[in-house]
Amino acid sequence: MTLYQRRKLANRIVLGLSLAATAFGLAWLAAILVTLLTHGVSALTADLFTQMTPPPGSRGGLLNAIYGSLVMTALATLIGTPVGILAGTYLAEYSRGSRLAEVIRFINDILLSAPSIIVGLFVYEVAVIRVGHFSGWAGAFALAIIVVPVVVRTTEDMLRLVPDSLREAAAALGAPKWRAVIQISYRAALQGIVTGIMLAVARISGETAPLLFTALNNQFWSADLNAPMANLPVVIFQFALSPYSDWQSLAWGGALLITLVILTLNIGARLVASWSTVKK
Amino acid sequence: MTAVLSPARPAGPPPLARPVVPPAERKAESAPTIKAEIRNVRFFCKKFEAIKGISLPLYDRRVTAFIGPSGCGKSTLLRMLNRIYTLYPEQRAEGEILVDGRNVLAPDYDVNLLRAKVGMVFQKPTPFPMSIYDNIAFGIRLYDRLPASELDGRVEEALKRAALWNEVKDKLKQSGLGLSGGQQQRLCIARAIALRPEILLLDEPASALDPISTSKIEELIHELRSDYCIAIVTHNMQQAARTADYTAFMYLGELIEYDETTTIFTKPGKKQTEDYVTGRFG
Repeated sequence: MTLYQRRKLANRIVLGLSLAATAFGLAWLAAILVTLLTHGVSALTADLFTQMTPPPGSRGGLLNAIYGSLVMTALATLIGTPVGILAGTYLAEYSRGSRLAEVIRFINDILLSAPSIIVGLFVYEVAVIRVGHFSGWAGAFALAIIVVPVVVRTTEDMLRLVPDSLREAAAALGAPKWRAVIQISYRAALQGIVTGIMLAVARISGETAPLLFTALNNQFWSADLNAPMANLPVVIFQFALSPYSDWQSLAWGGALLITLVILTLNIGARLVASWSTVKK
Repeated sequence: MTAVLSPARPAGPPPLARPVVPPAERKAESAPTIKAEIRNVRFFCKKFEAIKGISLPLYDRRVTAFIGPSGCGKSTLLRMLNRIYTLYPEQRAEGEILVDGRNVLAPDYDVNLLRAKVGMVFQKPTPFPMSIYDNIAFGIRLYDRLPASELDGRVEEALKRAALWNEVKDKLKQSGLGLSGGQQQRLCIARAIALRPEILLLDEPASALDPISTSKIEELIHELRSDYCIAIVTHNMQQAARTADYTAFMYLGELIEYDETTTIFTKPGKKQTEDYVTGRFG
């Protein structure tokens, strides 16, 4: 066999292996989606969006859980995003050659990969125990802690992609640093930063463990952030483990709902990412 | 040593030594005044000494070209004149650069005011991710709060001076990133002159451009010469010969020779300069 033939053979083998690996991963994803759809579609009724979580054996929906999830996710994003963007800006724009930045980056990476249940336990310790009860605020706070490292990382990465030549060009006009950051760097990195925020939202909208220890759950309608708050992931967790078939069906519906929302967010993030590049 | 043209090389002064302004016309100009005086400057990047004590004047309403092989410190020298190197904490400069009699390297010289006075255009076009109009207005807005009509006028004036107005006047609201490379570079020149600087630093402004765009930039340099003190770094010796009144040849962080462009290209005082301008080394 000539060297050239061997090269071609090696290419085919590696290509085959990569395709097989991709197919393996996608197959499970497809299986999950198909299972969710077959079990969940029947639960996606008007009741799901208008009724409260029911006691076993009666009709009901997930309205209180949907509301709680929306509110806590929104609050967590509102708290976590500015912190994350500012920290990411510091790391990318202001910390050139600083030791502190390396430490921050390292800790942020640890936080990024920390199991979310630890975040839940942490908030349980510092907030829930001190206040004396579970609350929506605690839930939002725990989710915000998960948002921060994601946004820090994407913001820093995206700002780093802005070439130094743009910063030099702004400085050469006598623009002070903060103006260059806000008017040039942010603008150049906008789509990337927005994509990062959307991915962070997608991530927290499915988190269960941090809410289990903080917002807990609520079988009734409650808009009070100082009280335990219903939310989709914990309701799904609780209902799916229950022996009641109507609860299980609602859990399937909720799971499908979260999946669709996350899917929408991810597609949205991709659209945002491509939208500005096309405009150029 | 005095350079004697070696017979091995094509005879006569190289055609590249054709100045843009005929010498007769130059005589008619008034004697140049010194705009910036570089006095024994040194430059360090960490421990590395990139510039080892250079002194030369930059004349007002004249073009001074810096030539030399890559890494000789010519861009670095340019970057000292507006203190752009201060963006990088590991870099520092010593010596004096007097602009209108004041040392701009002194810490008490306001760096942003210096940069309003000393404009710079980089090797790669650097349009900001905003509209053509805003690219120009960005710099103006840093210093003046102008009514819209006046700002429009300043933007138009800058684009006209940079010979870009006719190409972009109907699409001022479109992104500056949509322009061609040559147009982007003229946009950057317009952005720099919109601040009405006194010195213009051009760091290889045409090295990323095609020949037609390059000749447009060179024409532009010739136009701007009547108002500004221009310093240009170039790897293209024909370009130096065509555009510059004075030429400085640098090598390994030192100034080997500085003289009128015609002298540098036809009868350089040093063998090294002669070898470089004739293409035998570098």
